[in-house]
Amino acid sequence: MKTAVIVFPGSNCDRDLAVALEQVTGRKAEMVWHGATDLPDGVGLIALPGGFSYGDYLRAGAMSARSPIMRAVVEAAGRGVPVLGVCNGFQVLTEAGLLPGALMRNAGLNFVCRDVRLTVDNAQSAFTSRYDAGEEILVPVAHHDGNFFADDETLDRLEGEGRVAFRYAEQVNGSARSIAGILNAQGNVLGMMPHPERVIEAAHGRSDGRRLFEGLLETVA
Amino acid sequence: MKTRIFVTLKGGVLDPQGKAIHHALEGLGFDGVNDVRAGKLIELDLDDGVSDEQIDEMCRKLLANTVIENYRIERVQG
Repeated sequence: MKTAVIVFPGSNCDRDLAVALEQVTGRKAEMVWHGATDLPDGVGLIALPGGFSYGDYLRAGAMSARSPIMRAVVEAAGRGVPVLGVCNGFQVLTEAGLLPGALMRNAGLNFVCRDVRLTVDNAQSAFTSRYDAGEEILVPVAHHDGNFFADDETLDRLEGEGRVAFRYAEQVNGSARSIAGILNAQGNVLGMMPHPERVIEAAHGRSDGRRLFEGLLETVA
Repeated sequence: MKTRIFVTLKGGVLDPQGKAIHHALEGLGFDGVNDVRAGKLIELDLDDGVSDEQIDEMCRKLLANTVIENYRIERVQG
């Protein structure tokens, strides 16, 4: 499967994502600069990395969401191409309107950087099919603005439609209904604050994130 | 023409930064502060031909995130 990692000015997890994708797919990910207008032909997965693109100016992800490549990403998502946004990538996806809600300053105001326990809420999506529903996994977070907010109606809809992919199994950042990751209505866009690409091999101490990429490969390929 | 855009969090949205400022004011001994909400002021220097509708569109498309924020536009004379 051909994969693309979008690189924004200030992305800092783009190489981690590329390494994870290459390990799982056996193929080098294509790095696509935010100023590009087109994605590589036949791309099977688009990944938006973590980081602090544009220094979080205005709002986290706000500037990146308006960059030229995002028009192509929105168009590809509309065609059903899987899009994964991790951390800052999740913030960009909400700002671009591909996912509902917004990510606000952590309720405790502190930058949170540690392993957190997550519960897999929906194990049927293209991203989560290798997990069991209700399974607990340990994945690191590293963010200042991960406090998921949406109005009650939107939250009810997300829950009712099985679009909550992951929840925090502990207090992390004040997110509404402990939401850590959500899917779009079609199920081909996932945004999550925790970093699955940081736990994919024995050298990381754990590999709870690897199955996300393996599941994708299986579903998409 | 100078135009000011005031971006503020919507009423129901928790404002941890405002809470921290509130706490710090109390720590400095200021009494009588009931609540603090933090927002942003964005100043635009615009050509006279830019319409209210265009400014409104700038707010909706970029300057404010209407999921969590309200905005108010103020044209400044002179």
